[in-house]
Amino acid sequence: MQAKQKSADVQATVSGAVMPLPEAAPSRPKRASWLRRFVRNRKAVIGFTIVLFFILVAVLAPLIAPGNPKEFAGRANLAPSAEHLLGTSGQGTDVFRQLVWGTRLTLLVGFATGLLCTCIGTIVGLTAGYFGGWVDDVLSLLMNVVLIIPGLPLLVTLAAFLRPGPTSVVIVLTATGWAWPARVLRSQALSLRSKDFVSAAVVSGEHSWRIIFLEILPNMISVFAGSLVGATIYAIGADVGLAYLGLSDVGVVSWGTVLYWATTNSSMLVGAWWTFIPAGLCIALVAFALAMINYALDEVTNPRLRAEKEVSNALNERTRRHILITPVRRG
Amino acid sequence: MVTALITVYAKGNLVMRYLLRRIGFYAVAAWVSLTVNFFLPRMMPGDPASAIFARFQGKLRPEEIESLRKAYGLSDAPLLTQFGQYLSSIFHGDFGISINFFPVKVTSVIATGLIWTLLLAGSATIFSFVLGNLLGIFGAWRRGGLVDSVLPPLLIFIGAFPYFFVAMLALYFLGFKQNLFPLRHAYSDSLSPGWNMAFALSVLKHMTLPALCIVGTSIGGWMLGMRNTMVGVLAEDYITMAQAKGIAQRRIMFNYAARNALLPSITSFGMALGFVLSGSLLTEIVFSYPGLGYLLLQAVRNLDYPLMQGLFLMITFAVLGANLLVDMVYVWLDPRIRAR
Repeated sequence: MQAKQKSADVQATVSGAVMPLPEAAPSRPKRASWLRRFVRNRKAVIGFTIVLFFILVAVLAPLIAPGNPKEFAGRANLAPSAEHLLGTSGQGTDVFRQLVWGTRLTLLVGFATGLLCTCIGTIVGLTAGYFGGWVDDVLSLLMNVVLIIPGLPLLVTLAAFLRPGPTSVVIVLTATGWAWPARVLRSQALSLRSKDFVSAAVVSGEHSWRIIFLEILPNMISVFAGSLVGATIYAIGADVGLAYLGLSDVGVVSWGTVLYWATTNSSMLVGAWWTFIPAGLCIALVAFALAMINYALDEVTNPRLRAEKEVSNALNERTRRHILITPVRRG
Repeated sequence: MVTALITVYAKGNLVMRYLLRRIGFYAVAAWVSLTVNFFLPRMMPGDPASAIFARFQGKLRPEEIESLRKAYGLSDAPLLTQFGQYLSSIFHGDFGISINFFPVKVTSVIATGLIWTLLLAGSATIFSFVLGNLLGIFGAWRRGGLVDSVLPPLLIFIGAFPYFFVAMLALYFLGFKQNLFPLRHAYSDSLSPGWNMAFALSVLKHMTLPALCIVGTSIGGWMLGMRNTMVGVLAEDYITMAQAKGIAQRRIMFNYAARNALLPSITSFGMALGFVLSGSLLTEIVFSYPGLGYLLLQAVRNLDYPLMQGLFLMITFAVLGANLLVDMVYVWLDPRIRAR
């Protein structure tokens, strides 16, 4: 521990010496260092492995489970066997095949919505945070209004009026989901707005949009990434919820529609657990993996949590409890 | 005497200004949801009533279409006049007539579900909030202890499941397989509602499992939030000062640290309310619990647009009202608002 702290101190003086240089120089090695820490983080590795696994499944669906997932494969509610790995659904389709093919649409809708929400959120949030004044007042009001209106009833009402289908789901989820990333990015932009490098850019006559997207945004990539992951978790959960209610196109194959049909055919009450447990586990696994990535991002970029980890390591080493140490991060 | 009065007045004024600002915000939010609700059916191609009629493929009676037209305030009047009429009917508590339960008013249909949702989601949310925050306090207090090391990862894992999937699992394993809990409805079908012991017990028995599901999936957020704020608060100087003065540990934990750490939790309580409510609506659907969620499903399945929109408005207003209550609690909890 002693040695570790010493090296941290040395790092501090090194980075301290670099500080007075022009702003472009220190920002790059700093960014690379959080990326490196992120890659070494155990939670991040677990999260990325699971997400990559499901992306591979989605891409390789024709190889993993050949055949049409909507095709009638056998009698209804057959138990898992060598022929049907996860049995058949209440309509006689192969559950395993449906799950594998359903990965495609579920992930596509999830990631597309997540990306859209975060991009809109970034534009709105950075605009509000950078310009301040009445622009900030109006945009913040808008964000808070969208945030406070309860999600599901609004989603249901919106989705019911649009033609059911994946595109409508993406539109509806984006319309309700952009506000959270916007709020997070706004507060980040507010704190960066007062930094010297922004003032320098303003004084040197750079265009506002250039400052926002080329000066401020690159300095909050980790927050952007965190919002992206968070929005994707939200999108997958909400997409599944809408499909479960029967509000997306129930003719397509996705994890949500698998659950929809399992309920509609009341498979649960004939004991056909294979029709809904695997699908739910897949959703939970993806959500869990994404949450892990977000926790890792938080740990790597949030100095307080990082310091806390070191403190708790120190505590474990000394096996002393009830110790009160102010978590201070050096370096 | 006079100065004391002035300070009291000034303090009251500050609180009033804060609350008025919040009320103004909720009024804007209510107005936005009302406007969305008004324009949605009008954005459908053609006349919404006819469009709905087409979706029903002729299964709708003419008087139902007429009532739909009336419910939407569709007339040849200009849009602004229609909007005014719509607002005035909403203010008079007229949300139109349900298609599915024709000719019952939407408000009466919603009233039947409201009490069950209040009972289930309300008690589950409060229970989860209190327990989650207590666990967070203890977790931060004994950092690295049993509560702190076992519960957070477990709760994050459970929290990753969609609400209704946890409900499905619970229903399947505890209800269907083990037969420990009833499978559906809010009370036994053989009983009629009344203020007697048998009915109350039946209601309690029916709400246990759905409530546990809501608590299980939402408690993690409260606990982690509270724990993280508490960790920060415990590092403050005034806590060290209190320790140095030798104040009883319990008192430091609850009156010094937890009271301050609770403030962000209270703020997020209002925000999270809508989210938790959405989850509990889905949970109700899994358990066929006759609350608002179940009504929402009925409305979706039967394309009952007036009911759907009525539910949307009512739930939104309820959440806004609850948030206003939270703000009032906040004034009482945080003296800084009163004395700034």
